[in-house]
Amino acid sequence: MNRFDYVRPSTVAEAVQALGSDPAARFIAGGTNLIDLMKYDVERPGKLIDITRLPLDKIEERDGGLRIGALVTNAALAYDARIRERYPLLADAILAGASAQLRNAASTGGNLLQRTRCYYFYDTATPCNKREPGTGCSAIGGVDRIHAILGTSEHCIATHPSDMCVALAALEATVRVSGPQGDRAIPFAEFHRLPGDDPAKDTNLAPGEIIVSVDLPARGFAGHHTYLKLRDRLSYAFALVSVAAALELDGRTIRTARLALGGVAHKPWRNTDAEALLQGRPATRESFKAAADLVLREAKPQSTNGFKIELARRAIVRGLEQAAAGTPQSQSDKRIQ
Amino acid sequence: MTVQISTAAGRDRFVGSAVSRVDGPAKVTGLAKYAGEFAAPDLAYGVVVSSAIAKGSIRSIDASAAEAVPGVIKVITHENRPATSDNPEDYQDAVAPPGAPFQALATNRIVFSGQPVALVVAEDFETARYAASLVRVDYGVVAPRTDLAAQAPEAYDPPMKRAGIKPPPEPWGDAETAFDAAEIRVNGQYRMADEHHNPMEPHASTVVVEKDGTYTVYDKIQGVSNTHDYIASAFGLKPEQVRVLNPYLGGGFGSGLRPQYQLFLAMLAAKDLGRSVRVTLTRDQMWSFTYRSEALQTVSLGADRSGKLTALRHDAVQGTSSYEDYQEVVVNWSGVLYDCDNVKLTYSLAKLDTPTPGDMRAPGAVTGVYAIETAMDELAYATGQDPIALRLKNYTESDPTEEKPFGSKALKECFRQGAERFGWSRRTPEPRSMREGRELVGWGMATGIWESMMMQSSAHAVLTADGRLEVGNQTGDLGTGTYTILTQIAADTLGLPLDHVTTKLGDTTLAKAPVAGGSWTAASSGTAVMKACRDIAEQAFKLARGMENSPLANADFERVVFSNGRIEVTGDPSKSVALADVLKATGTQKLEATGEAAPDKDFAQQYEAYTHSAIFAEVKIDEELGIVRCTRVISAIAAGKILNLKTARSQILGGIVMGIGSALHEESMLDHRIGRFMNHNLGEYHVPVNADIHDLDVIFVDEEDKANPLGVKGLGEIGIVGVAAAISNAVFHATGKRIRHLPITPDKVIGEG
Repeated sequence: MNRFDYVRPSTVAEAVQALGSDPAARFIAGGTNLIDLMKYDVERPGKLIDITRLPLDKIEERDGGLRIGALVTNAALAYDARIRERYPLLADAILAGASAQLRNAASTGGNLLQRTRCYYFYDTATPCNKREPGTGCSAIGGVDRIHAILGTSEHCIATHPSDMCVALAALEATVRVSGPQGDRAIPFAEFHRLPGDDPAKDTNLAPGEIIVSVDLPARGFAGHHTYLKLRDRLSYAFALVSVAAALELDGRTIRTARLALGGVAHKPWRNTDAEALLQGRPATRESFKAAADLVLREAKPQSTNGFKIELARRAIVRGLEQAAAGTPQSQSDKRIQ
Repeated sequence: MTVQISTAAGRDRFVGSAVSRVDGPAKVTGLAKYAGEFAAPDLAYGVVVSSAIAKGSIRSIDASAAEAVPGVIKVITHENRPATSDNPEDYQDAVAPPGAPFQALATNRIVFSGQPVALVVAEDFETARYAASLVRVDYGVVAPRTDLAAQAPEAYDPPMKRAGIKPPPEPWGDAETAFDAAEIRVNGQYRMADEHHNPMEPHASTVVVEKDGTYTVYDKIQGVSNTHDYIASAFGLKPEQVRVLNPYLGGGFGSGLRPQYQLFLAMLAAKDLGRSVRVTLTRDQMWSFTYRSEALQTVSLGADRSGKLTALRHDAVQGTSSYEDYQEVVVNWSGVLYDCDNVKLTYSLAKLDTPTPGDMRAPGAVTGVYAIETAMDELAYATGQDPIALRLKNYTESDPTEEKPFGSKALKECFRQGAERFGWSRRTPEPRSMREGRELVGWGMATGIWESMMMQSSAHAVLTADGRLEVGNQTGDLGTGTYTILTQIAADTLGLPLDHVTTKLGDTTLAKAPVAGGSWTAASSGTAVMKACRDIAEQAFKLARGMENSPLANADFERVVFSNGRIEVTGDPSKSVALADVLKATGTQKLEATGEAAPDKDFAQQYEAYTHSAIFAEVKIDEELGIVRCTRVISAIAAGKILNLKTARSQILGGIVMGIGSALHEESMLDHRIGRFMNHNLGEYHVPVNADIHDLDVIFVDEEDKANPLGVKGLGEIGIVGVAAAISNAVFHATGKRIRHLPITPDKVIGEG
């Protein structure tokens, strides 16, 4: 861990100014990922900008939806009565991740910006294009059991580790950011990016921008949803595959479907073609299988993670079944419904 | 169960009951200090720079940037390292396997990934850590060999055998011919994963340079004598120049048996700089020494239609390092457990470019018993026998490998009580026949076994005029309850209240005792404490009898009992005298004695000594998604006398949890291209968490054993042995799919296994 400057602005404008165009400056809120990365010598910030005093810790009503301040903690968000009642998919996804202690510290904005959990990214003894562009990807052909099956490139096969973001993708949230050029809104689907030939870049945030809120639209799919997370142990492990499924039904017919996957790609993986396929179809296992097949048509295995393709297929079907039945996966009782 | 203590002077008051840990309050209030926590004036901090490669050499090392950081005192590398002993034997600690032990910074040669290549010493930890990140190393890389399967064809019978580790017995009968002729044959290959110990406390050493030039060393070690003798020989010091302490361990599981490189480096720097130095390893660096090496195992069983074994073969190839021939007992258990006329057991090693593997809770038994007990389950299905009935049919009351009876073996009672508590009779044997909602339910069982050992140990006891007793020796308490059981034994032997007894451990100024390992500590240190206290009892009795108007004047030692701080005539409490009064009246400041314990040679000539267990496991499996939940484990243990029902139960519960980890979760994943364990942190190396653990239950069956006066057989290991087999057998019962490769993760459940 290197020596660094520390500043603590009290307004968003001051924070943006403090960041300026300094490539070595980093915002810090909960620090649940950045501090680890600093200890591992993966991040060596010259300046830490402590944003915990910014007035971004409220959850507010807005246009029938909710505006979640970037500094709302994961715990506060998951246990907020409005979230639990109107967006239980989001609450469930948050509670599927990390530990109680981490959720108490981690912020909403930080959750979006957490880095991959690829072993090689954290281990400075190995080359990694995400950590040091141009050095190569050690994960390809290596210990790649937990790596991506969708949207990979020859430069990077890392996955995005968040559970919360998978739900936000399914809910079509919007990320509001502020920067030197002013404020703008980024649709969630466009916030994270695929690795392509520039895996060092996880998101489409422009230099100098800060996340100020995540906005939820009115539709919360409270009636038919699930967050199903499959992992190597039953808590405190990143997803091998996770599924956020949300449906609106007319009787047995699907009126609207939302489907996003975690643990399979460099970003929360949402496939709108599969959602469109489900629209108007009966909520049956056959329909769900067809959607799963469509989502995974382009899936590509690495040396040891081929099982994730079949696991994802089965998880999509089960997730949609759980959502259709109105029996969401419990995040406290780990028995799968 | 009933508990009786037979040979102490006192009555059983605390021994056998559920006494809470005497060191508990110190631990939960933070008063208990660990090796990396002791302060010293002018303490410097060392941070280890670890090798990025597994094999090759350091071409050059550039520490200039690190040395330029204000606060950095010195960067020690192989280029400027002070001399230590040039005799490799001086680095062989008390439990070292054959070979030339690793010496940190000795040469530019790299023999394992994560090998220390520099120690950065600074005025504070943060500076040392930052400077360590600035050390640049240029390596000449050689392709490493870390794939056991690829190296297995080169496996060899280790020419030098490791002390205390029995090589496989000579074959008897003709296992090959009998197997070929057998009516029923099963044959399977079994694999586990490499596992790391991961005690909560990382390895650390604090070396304090005293004013008189001697060294006080606080080291994470399971027995201070091992550190002491290693330091003295490696650094050419006289024994009296070094004192080693380690009062507490935050878990060891075997990782603290041998002195590790952080100790060597802290001592090297302290001696070189003439000031106190602490070196604490990071969690990631805990993957750079000692681990449970996986083994490639084949078990072939032949039997007649009734299930009686006619042929048993068990072959294992296990990994070791390039520089030592680490060995453990993997295959012998198969020969000890079952009666069979044709048996062949083989064990060989393959060289890998990893650190030397080391003892990890029930070393060898976890590995070998997993294979034989899974194979026995396969045989149960092949012969249509109930798994317990099959084991009873092949039961042996004597050890076939030594042709001697067991001193005690209550395994049948473990089967009976375990099965009854579990409800085994309600099991429908057909695979896939039990179900609950969407989940398949599986019930499996297995036997566990561990050798019951005793080591030469001593203990010292001092009774002072205030009626308080202090006992102690050099051994370590890994968190298992050694402080507590020794306190109980001492209190009962002299009839004192628990709070009048203080136990001290982990200090080389105390009476000699070996490292704590092998489940031998209760028998060894326990007996030594009992003997020391009994000696004091005799001294006190003599003084008491000689007192003026002594109520014990006509009594003899065999007719008195020590109880409630008094010596009283058995059956006549009116004739008694308080211990404290005896010392006061006779002007005695203190009474002291040293007790010596050693294995009973006569007993060992006649008998073999093992602990046994029967483990019953329930799994519930979502087959479609590959998710296995271990919902219930019952372990019935036969381990002689149980000294403390509470700490004993905790020992076994911990073993079961570790066994669940071995069966379902734990796996250190090697990238063979670079010879490096990649998931080197607790986020990615999955030990079980609370959500993975459900109902656990422990039964201690009565077992009387005479290997030592206390009748104890040890508990540290037996709790984990066989757990993985019981779970893997339950997975088969649930799914009909035999997964012969641990851990049983979702990919294996939904895939080819």
